[in-house]
Amino acid sequence: MGFSESKGTGGITLVEVDGQLIIGNRQELKDLVQAALERGERRLLIDFSKTGYIDSSGLGALVSISKRIREAGGELRLSGLNEDLRSLFELTKLDTLFAINETPEQALASF
Amino acid sequence: MTSPLRFCVRRSSALERGATTLVTLRLPSDVGCIEEAVELVTRHCLAGQHATETIRFRLRVVLSEAISNAIIRGNAEDHTKWVDVRVELVPEVIRVYVTDEGPGFDPAAIPEPISPEQLDEARGRGLYLIRKLVDAVHFNEQGNSICMTLRRS
Repeated sequence: MGFSESKGTGGITLVEVDGQLIIGNRQELKDLVQAALERGERRLLIDFSKTGYIDSSGLGALVSISKRIREAGGELRLSGLNEDLRSLFELTKLDTLFAINETPEQALASF
Repeated sequence: MTSPLRFCVRRSSALERGATTLVTLRLPSDVGCIEEAVELVTRHCLAGQHATETIRFRLRVVLSEAISNAIIRGNAEDHTKWVDVRVELVPEVIRVYVTDEGPGFDPAAIPEPISPEQLDEARGRGLYLIRKLVDAVHFNEQGNSICMTLRRS
């Protein structure tokens, strides 16, 4: 359970969310992304293929992360959202704010 | 380490309001306990029950939101205060009560987040999500106890 970070094709930073993204661990994800930005990484993919659920704090953290990456001139993509997770983004209209791909492979190819 | 959660499951034909199973859990006002509390309650509520993945998912999300609100807004993260979760399983619906020891609030006074960009800071986002994911939401008069009802199908 937690976040794992790796390098995808083309030097893209891939972060996998294993478990939940909720109020208890959202800061960890924000810190991880901030550290990547400080290392000069600008293309990030967050994958939710192994994610159980996200709460509103987790969604809020993603909005905050998205703003930071945009301000740094970078690009963020999301992938691996199942139907239930995707419904959270649609209910909060966040599906209009994020670039979302079905699979991490499709997302990596879309940068 | 012993879990600080106090957990109880009762299965009986003589429970009030037609419930066949009653699950109760008491947890301290510590956000670090939320995930374990959600898993415990969800697992015991839906064990052997007919429930779709979507119901399971929604139950976990709204439990997490309501407990989080109770700890942060209700009990102001005061570790001497408790949050009580009570779930009644009746044939058609799941009724979830989450109660804190705070002074209560007026749910009508909580604004809805008006744009997705505000979701990182707006108050009321958890309540907004709860209202969207369950079939009915009620509060007690004091405003320190929420009742969320989910239809099983």
